[in-house]
Amino acid sequence: MTKIDTSRPESVLPTPSHTVGPFYGYALPFPGGGDIAPVGHPDTITVQGYVYDGEGNPLPDAFVELWGPDPDGNVSTTDGSIRRDPASGGYLGRNGVEFTGWGRIQTDANGHWYARTLRPGARGQSAPYLSACVFARGLLVHLFTRIYLPGDEAALAADPLLSGLDPARRDTLIAQDDGRGTYRFDIRLQGEGETVFLEFQ
Amino acid sequence: MALTQHDIDLEIAAEHATYEKRVADGAPVEHHPRRDYAPYRSSLLRHPKQPPVTIDVSKDPELVELASPAFGERDITEIDNDLTRQHNGEPIGERITVSGRLLDRSGRPIRDQLVEIWQANSAGRYAHQREQHDAPLDPNFTGVGRTLTDDEGNYRFTTIQPGPYPWRNHVNAWRPAHIHFSMFGTAFTQRLVTQMYFPSDPLFPYDPIIQSVTDDAARQRLVATYDHSLSVPEFSMGYHWDIVLDGPHATWIEEGR
Repeated sequence: MTKIDTSRPESVLPTPSHTVGPFYGYALPFPGGGDIAPVGHPDTITVQGYVYDGEGNPLPDAFVELWGPDPDGNVSTTDGSIRRDPASGGYLGRNGVEFTGWGRIQTDANGHWYARTLRPGARGQSAPYLSACVFARGLLVHLFTRIYLPGDEAALAADPLLSGLDPARRDTLIAQDDGRGTYRFDIRLQGEGETVFLEFQ
Repeated sequence: MALTQHDIDLEIAAEHATYEKRVADGAPVEHHPRRDYAPYRSSLLRHPKQPPVTIDVSKDPELVELASPAFGERDITEIDNDLTRQHNGEPIGERITVSGRLLDRSGRPIRDQLVEIWQANSAGRYAHQREQHDAPLDPNFTGVGRTLTDDEGNYRFTTIQPGPYPWRNHVNAWRPAHIHFSMFGTAFTQRLVTQMYFPSDPLFPYDPIIQSVTDDAARQRLVATYDHSLSVPEFSMGYHWDIVLDGPHATWIEEGR
């Protein structure tokens, strides 16, 4: 039954998830997907890493979506991440001025991804973080995680999610500071050092 | 020994029986596949072994995951939802119109949000360089579309009926014809990527991807309905497919749920 009867709440049941499969690459990624920060913005950070499988092999067919607030902790309501060109049917790219807060980054043949975005500000009770969502061939339901930035130990210690985790697992959510505003965040789908993944209720 | 369809059939049946028994014993209905579903071999090394950590969103309405990225008119062109008009010539195949509503778990429409699709052509070939199976590419069909939902949550695409295609999960593995869909909700927690199937496809029982949804009713929600009122005279066959996004969103908190 694929006409949903909205008059009865018990009949409004979720559409199941499926894998993205191997062939999304000509459809979902777009030029400038990881260039989220406005050009020349002083609060720009670079986040990069690899996505690994249970044998430690990098995934060349995964993509990561990032979603984060601006440095003041505000969530963007600005569209324009995937600006399209009505003349050619191609992509215009981001305009380099506005901050949409969202990006989509395909891993390359080495399983490597990167993004340049704005340093997230704190919101609510949480230490500053970027929300990350991972998709891949073989992954039947996408995976949510968070990228926390190191530095403010007090804020990290007070974070409701981090403070509830086993210390060894907690560290999988904190990026490594590589200096000059560059951070390393690897995503391990399975096995030793498996990244903490989240579900929301 | 090469893995046969019979091997996979046995695994699919065993997973299904295990699920039915769990539910009979009082476990909750599972609307989504488990990430650990061995009949789909690519899942073996790509699913976490640790259970996910649960975040109770009612404890903090400021979570960035309770907001969603925004998309607008700049992010689509007027003909992005018509996959038959993206080239100089007409694509080969049976034209179809696929339409439905994007809803949240409360049955409310999700307005002005992005729906993206991609699919194989009528011969079952993707316009992707890594896809090299022996079926023709169609120079007049790429198989990528986008649209924004309207005020009632409606979306609509004009495209070509995709063909089934072989893959290498096991010997003689074939995917039932499908269209990939990617959706955003009002919260990032509602993000969904899935596949829409066509009614009565004879390949359903053999396919470990659709069978990864072990709940029979949930699996049916992936199958569109033929809808004659959506068929366009002298032009296309109509299919209706409503999509319900799972995951909590901010409105639930406002209602104290």
